[in-house]
Amino acid sequence: MVLEHLIDISLLVFLAVISVALLRIKDLFAAVMIFGIYSLTSASLFMVLAAADVAFTEAAVGAGISTILMLATLSITGREEKTIERKFKLLPLLIVSITGAVLLYGIRDLPPFGDAGNPAQVHVAPRYIEQSPVETDVPNIVTSVLASYRGFDTLGEVVVIFTAGLGVALIIGRRRRLPSKKEASSHE
Amino acid sequence: MIVAAALAILVAMSMAIVRALLGPTIYDRILAINLFGTKTVMLITLIAALAGRADYLDIALVYAMINFIAMIAVLKFFEYGSLGHAGSDGQGE
Repeated sequence: MVLEHLIDISLLVFLAVISVALLRIKDLFAAVMIFGIYSLTSASLFMVLAAADVAFTEAAVGAGISTILMLATLSITGREEKTIERKFKLLPLLIVSITGAVLLYGIRDLPPFGDAGNPAQVHVAPRYIEQSPVETDVPNIVTSVLASYRGFDTLGEVVVIFTAGLGVALIIGRRRRLPSKKEASSHE
Repeated sequence: MIVAAALAILVAMSMAIVRALLGPTIYDRILAINLFGTKTVMLITLIAALAGRADYLDIALVYAMINFIAMIAVLKFFEYGSLGHAGSDGQGE
């Protein structure tokens, strides 16, 4: 138990250090690399919380695709961040502090973490735990919920993601194809 | 034993972060993120051992593959400036 706490605290400290460094760094290529590390750290944190599917998505999207997309952007925009004049502004600090204080106050109303009597634990979860192996024959309960009980929901999400990917491919892919065609005709 | 392994992995992770933050050249940072990905894989296997769940090991394997593919993509991008480049002799056309 002490070891798990040690892992939790270390990962959170890593996140804090990386976030501050990301804000201060000027080399954008380095920022992209460090952002990949941030993503992997938060994926580990999701893993500690036993949310394997979330961790997997974070690693694939955050550390994988996002890094490539940001590198693609960097190849167009250039690698150095423009230096802006830093002035101390009172109003943003005030707004952020008040929002943070309100959120901390709101945390007090939350049920204790991991409590068996939480609303999330007593609503439909017992049925999934008891019936999902019988009803769906899927060994992992989360997978059975995503792929069977909420199958249509997941199908809708996949359609949305597919459409988004198609749109991005149609927008970005066109510019890349023109030079290669010219290149191919020049080879002939 | 498992405590020693956890401490070693966490120390290695923090050293990789330090290298990624300081790293004077691009290759230091690329190597640091690659190392950090490998350490993430090891941390997940450690969590699998701690939680007693063997199915986490599959996820560690998938992480290793993602890490490998992402690293190839980053290096290829850094070398050629695009992912569609077929190499120097244009065999992909």
